[in-house]
Amino acid sequence: MLTRALGRTPYYVVAGGLAVIFLFPLLWNAWASVSPQPGTAQDSGHGLGNYRTLLEYDAGLLQYLLNSTVVSALTVALTLGVSLLGGYAFARFEFPGKNLLFLLTLAILMVPYATLLIPLYVLLGRLQLQNSLLGLSLVLAMFQLPFATFMMRISFEAVPRELEESALVDGCGTAGALRRVLLPAVRPGLITVGLFAFLAAWNDFITPLILIADSEKAPLPLAVANLRQQSMGAVDYGATEAGVVVLAVPCLLLFLLLQRHYVRGFMSGALKG
Amino acid sequence: MQVKAPDRAAAEHRAPPEHAARRALTTTPGWRRAWRSRRLQGLGYAAPTAVFVAVFFLLPLLLVGQMSLSDWPLLAGDRGANAPENYTDVTGSPLFWPAVRFTLLYTVIVTVVLLGLALLLALLVQESRPGAGFFRTVYFLPGALGLASASLLFWGLYSPTTGPLGDILENLALVDEPVSFLGTPTSALLSTVFLVVWKFAGFYMLILLVGLQRIPHEVYEAARMDGASRAQIFRSITLPLLRPSLALSLLLCVTGSLLAFDQFFVLTKGGPDNSTVTVVQLVYREAFQRLDLGTAAALSIIVLAALLLLNVLQFRGLRRADES
Repeated sequence: MLTRALGRTPYYVVAGGLAVIFLFPLLWNAWASVSPQPGTAQDSGHGLGNYRTLLEYDAGLLQYLLNSTVVSALTVALTLGVSLLGGYAFARFEFPGKNLLFLLTLAILMVPYATLLIPLYVLLGRLQLQNSLLGLSLVLAMFQLPFATFMMRISFEAVPRELEESALVDGCGTAGALRRVLLPAVRPGLITVGLFAFLAAWNDFITPLILIADSEKAPLPLAVANLRQQSMGAVDYGATEAGVVVLAVPCLLLFLLLQRHYVRGFMSGALKG
Repeated sequence: MQVKAPDRAAAEHRAPPEHAARRALTTTPGWRRAWRSRRLQGLGYAAPTAVFVAVFFLLPLLLVGQMSLSDWPLLAGDRGANAPENYTDVTGSPLFWPAVRFTLLYTVIVTVVLLGLALLLALLVQESRPGAGFFRTVYFLPGALGLASASLLFWGLYSPTTGPLGDILENLALVDEPVSFLGTPTSALLSTVFLVVWKFAGFYMLILLVGLQRIPHEVYEAARMDGASRAQIFRSITLPLLRPSLALSLLLCVTGSLLAFDQFFVLTKGGPDNSTVTVVQLVYREAFQRLDLGTAAALSIIVLAALLLLNVLQFRGLRRADES
């Protein structure tokens, strides 16, 4: 027993040491955001001074949080809606152009962000969608489609056909079968796709950097990045650290809550090959 | 993880004809009409995907091609054809070749360090012993953060005034003078690599973990019965059977690193002295600082072509390795 415990010790030293290295930046940042620093709103004692700076910065933290929330919600809704229907079509129906469309959807992955963002900047201008949160969400949802469509196709294919057939025989239309029978069966896939889309939309930086011009329409990552280089080279580390906390907390919480589904989704289908 | 898998899925699922559904439908009169209507319904469900792909993917691709051959100022102005001026502008720019060289150097370093560490992490947490789940979560946690947020975080961490790293290194007597993490070209590059490895190691660990868990236990047991050492098992069983997952990680890591933007835009701003300007940053500068969308489009096309070529070569290399 003792020798076995001793045999394990090196493992826990290595794994634990690495865990400390991985956790340290996160913990340090959270601590620094409430610690005193010269040149910040929190120059003595611990407290929320940096968060107050953030609350009042430019259009205000609440506006930026709202922007990020709207963009993320729209992106998740669009991604889920399009990939649910698309996944159903690709998994269960035959129609002309099916394979071509599927390959084109996957081809989005092969094209660098920057290559698409330059013409999208021009194109959204023509569609009157430049500098709008809706335009931003449409673009972010498009970037999510390859993974989402692929994931949903696999999810539908994993559902036994008999389930759907019995619904059809019972007089449901395909839409009824989708809503009543298939939707509950593909829920794990939807959760993975939704979490993926949320993290991507909440965290994305380069797309709003290019597509959003007004500072009051900026999502949070863009606003925090702008905040630190404000006012004549005077850098506010405290407010930036507070901004990172506000950015990180929803992602970390959501990931911890859903990690079981997320990891399972990862393990089941998306990584075959 | 999305890149490789589809091919096989597409092959596997190439039209398993709707036998069952057709059987169900042929039992009713008018099944032919029903069958035709089923095709239409399939088209209907796929329509939103088709609209997205056409409007936000194919159309911009055509447009970027056209832009790369035209004079295209950011704001209003003459938009006549000027081929091939944009392309010669790109390659003639004094920043172009340094940016290409820097991007390649960064890609090589990140790929080696990141995948090496990810493999180590995956091997560490592979067996289910007490604490393994906790360690998996901890290693992955930075992956839930955005790259821009992580870069802002490390920007504070590396700060000479408020960052703790300099003090820690001095207390450990590893250095005897203050470190300037972003001050010299080499330290800026290495500091960025450290950030990227911290952020993505858990993600690649997850990919490799999936690969490790698909290696059947019996193979290991058989090897152990034959008296193979740990190193032998790793070299002749784990590594070869892990090849698909390693190949996928390699593809994602190389592609991602070649397109690096956020970390350099936020952390180093391309400095010091333009020593950390990547190719995608150059696209951004051409478009939104030099206000020349045409040249930015030409540079985008060059990046796209290089990436396609690289992926084709990589797939070929992998296939050849499979055959041998």
